[in-house]
Amino acid sequence: MAKYLLLKHYRRSSGPTALPGTDVPMDQWTEQEVADHIRFMDDFADGLRERGEFVDGQALSPEGTFVRYGGEGRPPVTDGPFAETKDLIAGWMIIDVDSQERAYEAAAELSAAPGRGGEPIHEWLEVRPFLTREPSADA
Amino acid sequence: MEDLLRQLAPRVLGVLVRRGADFASAEDAVQEALIEAVARWPEGMPSDPQAWLVTVAWRRWLDHVRSESARHRREQADLDEPPPGPTESRDDTLHLLFLCCHPALTPSSAVALTLRAVGGLTTRQIAEAYLVPETTMGQRISRAKRTVADEGLGGTGDLGRVLRVLYLIFNEGYQGEVDLAAEAIRLARELADRADDPEAAGLLALMLLHHARRPSRFGTDGSLVTLAEQDRTRWDTGAIAEGIDILHRALAADRLGEFQAQAAIAALHADAQSADETDWPQIVGWYDELLALTDSPVVALNRAVAVGEADGAQAGLRALAEVPDGIPRRHAAHAFLRERAGEPDRAAELYAEAAARASSTAERDHLTRQAARLRSGQPR
Repeated sequence: MAKYLLLKHYRRSSGPTALPGTDVPMDQWTEQEVADHIRFMDDFADGLRERGEFVDGQALSPEGTFVRYGGEGRPPVTDGPFAETKDLIAGWMIIDVDSQERAYEAAAELSAAPGRGGEPIHEWLEVRPFLTREPSADA
Repeated sequence: MEDLLRQLAPRVLGVLVRRGADFASAEDAVQEALIEAVARWPEGMPSDPQAWLVTVAWRRWLDHVRSESARHRREQADLDEPPPGPTESRDDTLHLLFLCCHPALTPSSAVALTLRAVGGLTTRQIAEAYLVPETTMGQRISRAKRTVADEGLGGTGDLGRVLRVLYLIFNEGYQGEVDLAAEAIRLARELADRADDPEAAGLLALMLLHHARRPSRFGTDGSLVTLAEQDRTRWDTGAIAEGIDILHRALAADRLGEFQAQAAIAALHADAQSADETDWPQIVGWYDELLALTDSPVVALNRAVAVGEADGAQAGLRALAEVPDGIPRRHAAHAFLRERAGEPDRAAELYAEAAARASSTAERDHLTRQAARLRSGQPR
């Protein structure tokens, strides 16, 4: 019973390298391949719902703005968007599962989403455990 | 009336299940009976509320099964041959608990089903307590019910499994409108009353003793307060006395188990008027027992800290050396012992590392503060 974040990246500047031939951008797929991919993602989320493991899933716009405190009585300072940002998070899914093993299994299943030619994209997903608020009672 | 219904619901469910009703439809029938009770009891209480509920729920269940079997004729065969049930003498609530902790269920499913079927909590309350959407929790519960129904009544869980599920509920902490720790204590009490098993009693004692310290575990700002620094006047002496009493009676059976040993350690902490008066040598002795029972590296880690208190930091560090790397909280324990050994710089480093590995925000913040305190040169 632990929550995990499955992070999906658009682009990464760190972490493992993609499997050769699997990083073809989606806009270079056929329409049917895109439709199949999206359907797979929806079915995946439905599967998690059915198992009672789904908590949340959201997609993010690729374009964002940096914002910081501008000082007393001043408006927020903004910067960007930066088109060349190396690390872009495409979206996330939060799952509540029995074990880390199960979280990895779900991430691997998501990574098998079909891409070009209907082949699994083998995309790397980042899996991060949530911190609970309180330690267990026997701490 | 709400409390009474909540108390009776699992018993009624237990009766239906024992009579051979399948789990999922029996629960629906009990829910319908409860609704009927809410509508009708205000006009006049039945003399035996439980019997009333059993009668109404059983009738509802039969109605349901008959209409189902009219549609699915083949199910008639199942009806003619009721599934083998447990013996009549077995307590229904107990049986229900074992069913909810069926070996075919994952821990989280067993927890959800137990809270729903035996605890009588609503799906929404359970979802809130575990911070998941209500639909997700609803799915988890109905899936668990299906699993139990499919697996049949044959392979219900063993007592050890029930105890672990209740301890999981207890450890989940205190979020949402439902106090899961109090709920776990309620269930453990029902179990201990019926199971006549020293480990069931040991678990109840352990929960009571931990729960007694709850008011002092967090500061007003929500920060973690260590056992040594807790305000012991805020401990619940009634719960401590009850926990110790239950533990003594359990130990008298001379069948030691993990929960009794853990409760014994908690009792020794609870018994000390101040942290300095803690009987550490005896606590180390209980950790030795616990280690013999479990061979768990987490126990070995806690033992190392206790050895540090009983025999000095160097002895504690030697015991820690036996604990494998990668055990949760090993860095925190190491930091604590290094500070005791007069190595504040090393301790600060280790506290910072421990903070980065903490699995809860309360621990992370506490460990970060320890590192900050040592780096600004303040003693404990």
